[in-house]
Amino acid sequence: MKKGDSTAFVLFVFLIVLFPLLTESAYTLTVGIFSGMNALVAIGLCILMGYAGQVSLGQAGFYGIGAYVSSIVSLQIGISPVLSTVMAMIVAALAAVILAVPALRLKGHYLAVATLGFGEIIFIILNEWGPGGPSGFGDIPRFGLLGYTVHTASGYFYLIWGLVALVMFFSLNLLASLSGKALRAIHDSELASGAVGLNVARLKIKVFILSAVYASLAGSLYAHYVTFVSPSSFSLFYSILVLTMVIVGGITNVWGAIVGAIVITVLPELLRKFAELDVLVYGLILTLSLMFFRKGLVPIMIDQMRKIRRFAVAKR
Amino acid sequence: MLSVKGIEKSFGGLKALNGVGFDVREGEIKAIIGPNGAGKTTLLNIVSGIYRPDGGDVVFNGETIQCLSSNEIARRGISRTFQHVELFGNMTVLENVIVGKIARSGCGFVSSGFRFPSVRNEEHVVKRKSEEILSYVNLTQRRDELASNLPIGEQRILEIGRALATEPRLVLLDEPAAGLNMRETRSLGDVIRKIRDELHITIVLVEHDMDLVMRISDSVMVLNFGEVIADGTPLEVQKNPKVIVAYLGEEGEIPRGYHAHT
Repeated sequence: MKKGDSTAFVLFVFLIVLFPLLTESAYTLTVGIFSGMNALVAIGLCILMGYAGQVSLGQAGFYGIGAYVSSIVSLQIGISPVLSTVMAMIVAALAAVILAVPALRLKGHYLAVATLGFGEIIFIILNEWGPGGPSGFGDIPRFGLLGYTVHTASGYFYLIWGLVALVMFFSLNLLASLSGKALRAIHDSELASGAVGLNVARLKIKVFILSAVYASLAGSLYAHYVTFVSPSSFSLFYSILVLTMVIVGGITNVWGAIVGAIVITVLPELLRKFAELDVLVYGLILTLSLMFFRKGLVPIMIDQMRKIRRFAVAKR
Repeated sequence: MLSVKGIEKSFGGLKALNGVGFDVREGEIKAIIGPNGAGKTTLLNIVSGIYRPDGGDVVFNGETIQCLSSNEIARRGISRTFQHVELFGNMTVLENVIVGKIARSGCGFVSSGFRFPSVRNEEHVVKRKSEEILSYVNLTQRRDELASNLPIGEQRILEIGRALATEPRLVLLDEPAAGLNMRETRSLGDVIRKIRDELHITIVLVEHDMDLVMRISDSVMVLNFGEVIADGTPLEVQKNPKVIVAYLGEEGEIPRGYHAHT
C-alpha cells in the first residue's frame, strides 16, 4: 500500500465503525448496505478497466452467478451460506476463465461487446433454468457462522463493509505491488509487456478472475441479505450501472469505485422527492458531472487537495 | 550464440524475407543494415517472437526458439527495443525499469494482496536493482517523471535500460538512433559499447545511421529485398559492390529503395 492510501484506509475503517453508531434509521443503514455490495463489484471493475485496461460489460453475470450459485447450494444441500459463498466464488472464477478467452484476442469496443454477450448469456440461463424462472425464488438462508445468524441491519452493515475493507486492503496492496505494475504495463503496451517477459495472457486471465470473484462475493451477500433473488437484478442494466459508478468515481483510482458506488446508490434515494421526475434529474446530474468532472470525483478531489497544499506552502 | 537459418516470411503476396540466415557470436555488436523495406524489423520481430516465420530456424544457445512466444523468449535472455518507442507511457521512468524486472521475480496475486514478507523483500530488491540500472544509463534525475514526458533521446535510452532490467544475454536494438541529434547519437553509441564491454551482453543493432554503425559494430550484415547481400566486417561491407548498388543504384539507373537516412 502506498503512503497516501494507508492514511485513507485508516480513515475509511474509522468511518465504517462510526457510521452505524451515528444513525438509528434502518433505512439509512439499508442504503449503506446496498452501497457496500455495489462497491465490491465496482472495485473489481475499476481494477479490470482502470488499471489493466480491459473493458467489461458483463459484471452482472458474475454478480448473478454469486447470487444464484450460493442461494441454490445453501438451499438444496443445506450448507452454511459462508461455504456456499466461497463455492460461488470458485464457480465465478471458472466462468471468468471462459470469458477471458475472447479477451485474449479482443480489445476496446470488441471486448465490450463480447463481455456484454457473456452477461446476456448468464441472464438468459438464470431466466430459463434458474429456480422459479423469471419470477425468481425466496427463503434463502441468512448469513451465519457457528449457530450465530446476522439479523440486525447494523450487523449486516458491519459484515458487508468489513468485507469491503478487506477487499480494499487486498486490492490496494496488489495494485502497489509488482503485480499491480504488471497490470498497468499491459494497459499501456501489450507489445512491450511481452518483450520484457510478462505473460500477458496469464495476467489478463488473472485480473478477470479477480474482478469476477469480487462481483460474485457481492452477489452472494445480496442474495443472503435480501433472501430473495430474481434474474431481473442481474441484467445488462446492472453492468452499466456499475460502469457508471466506476466512471463517476474516477476510473484511475480504486477509491473512486467506492465513492462512485455510494453516490450512484444514494442519489436515487435523495431524488425521491422529485417523484416521477427523479429519473430525469438523475440523468441530468450524471450528464453534468461527466461534463465537468470527466476524470471522476476522486482524482479531482486529489488534484484540488494538491493545489491547496501548494498554495499553503507558497503563502508561507 | 544466435544462429538464424533460412528464414522465410510473407505478408500476403509480399515476400518480406527470403531465406535469410546469419550468426551472432557471443560478445559481438552486429549491425543489420539495408534500405527501407528490406525486412530488417521483420527479422527482429521473428527473433524476438512477435512474428512466427513461415520457414527456417532460430537457434539461441542451442535451443530452437522460433515457436516460442515473445515472453518466453524474453525469459530465455533475448530482450529488445522498438523502432517506434514502446514505453509504458503512464508509468514513471523508474516503474518502467521495474516492469522489466518483474518477469525475473515471482510474485502471485494472493501473496501480493496480503503483502507477505517475501513480497516486501522482493520489492525492495527489485527497486534497488532498478535504481542501479537507471544510474547506469544516467537517468537517475528523471526517475519520478512520466516516461511519456521525456524527450525522444532519453526515451530511447530508457527503453534500453528497461531491456537491461530483464537480465538479457542478447539485446536487439531497432533503430535506436532514429530521431536523435548528433550529440545524442554519440552518447548512445557509448552506452551501447559500455553495455557490451562491461555487462558482456551481445548486441544486434538495426540502424540507418552509418557513422554509428561503422563506429561501433564488429560485423555488419546487409539486407536488400528480404535477402542477405553481404555479411562481414564494416570495411568489407563498405567495399562490397552489391552493397553500393543496393544503396546508390547502378550507373544510369534510378536509385530504388534508397532513402535519405545515411
